[in-house]
Amino acid sequence: MVATVLDEAQVYEWLANVPDPEIPVLSILDLGIVRDVTVNNKVTVTLTPTYSGCPATEAIECSVLAALKGHGVDDIAIRRVLSPPWTTDWITDDGREKLRKYGIAPPSQSPEIACPQCESLNTERVSEFGSTACKASWRCCDCLEPFEYFKCL
Amino acid sequence: MSKDQALISYILRLADNALILSQRMIESVAAEPELEEELANANFALDFIGQARLFYTCAGELEGSGRSEDDFAFMRDEHEFRNLLLLEQPNGHFGDALLRQFLFESFYVHLLEALTHCSHDGLAGVAARALKEVKYHCRHSSQWLIRLGDGTQLSHDRVQASLDDAWRFTGEMFEADDIDKAVQEGFDGPDLSAIHDLWMRDVEKTVSEATLRLPAGQWMAGGGKQGRHSEHLGPLLAEMQYLQRSFPGATW
Repeated sequence: MVATVLDEAQVYEWLANVPDPEIPVLSILDLGIVRDVTVNNKVTVTLTPTYSGCPATEAIECSVLAALKGHGVDDIAIRRVLSPPWTTDWITDDGREKLRKYGIAPPSQSPEIACPQCESLNTERVSEFGSTACKASWRCCDCLEPFEYFKCL
Repeated sequence: MSKDQALISYILRLADNALILSQRMIESVAAEPELEEELANANFALDFIGQARLFYTCAGELEGSGRSEDDFAFMRDEHEFRNLLLLEQPNGHFGDALLRQFLFESFYVHLLEALTHCSHDGLAGVAARALKEVKYHCRHSSQWLIRLGDGTQLSHDRVQASLDDAWRFTGEMFEADDIDKAVQEGFDGPDLSAIHDLWMRDVEKTVSEATLRLPAGQWMAGGGKQGRHSEHLGPLLAEMQYLQRSFPGATW
């Protein structure tokens, strides 16, 4: 174990620096996939995959292992839980703001999606599908920029 | 057959359905008629692969034999697969592939919904995860059916022929055998006759909006759920399992 007393808050702090491999501007905490952290004899991190077929699931688990090992933690268990299923509601407010700044419109219950560049609501959907399963392609009719929208799930 | 054995067989059917359908969809990658469909097809195929992995893992854990998802996918032969015949049918043209998706997904979405209420937590968890994805798939395939059916005379006629052709494979989805019954009784599993009613309601609605007609009184094919497959599954597996058959145990 590490020399200093290790607690959950410390582990969360480290995890806040583990990026999502597909949207690296978001940490896995912003994305809301870290469901639990416990520290006793070993560190257990519980993760929930976003989509069944999310190819990032394994990559994220490797990043978590690498991050914790980098901080001197040797005994690590990663638990994968499916239930309850991940929802975009779990993306933090901070995460939503980061998405917007990155140029991706965050998930919204409103039928009107604001352009992440100019904030105009005069936007239209180009396609329900985008570069990854979680995104749709949109465009802004005012500033004419195409942008991605993170779909509600 | 014990209640637990029935559950394992049941979950393997779900896994095989997802795997075989995804393999068919992957055959169309880079061959879809437009970019939007390219993305949709690849994304949806990925959802099904993900679901297959979760189901196989769940079955492997229940079985306790140490068989992994890869063992189930790559080390079994044709007669050991329990997917529906509908899903192994060749892609054909765009309308044929669409009808296969539409008829299956309209069924699968209700099946998953029912499975989220079953008494086996592992299975209910995978179903809840998959349900969110398949609801979205359903919207996509229904919209396309309406677009093609209520499109030009040519698209209407071709997609009607696809519907007529695929229809004979739909009966099998609702034919409850011992495994279905054991899971229904032992684990509060889906009631296939209730699901048939929900499926028919949805299919009728979309088909009529698409200005198509439902095929009536046709003979229904069956046997996929029991491992008796059409001539199309073998070649599919030969391609999918090529690497493991040529280099058994290969890893990277």
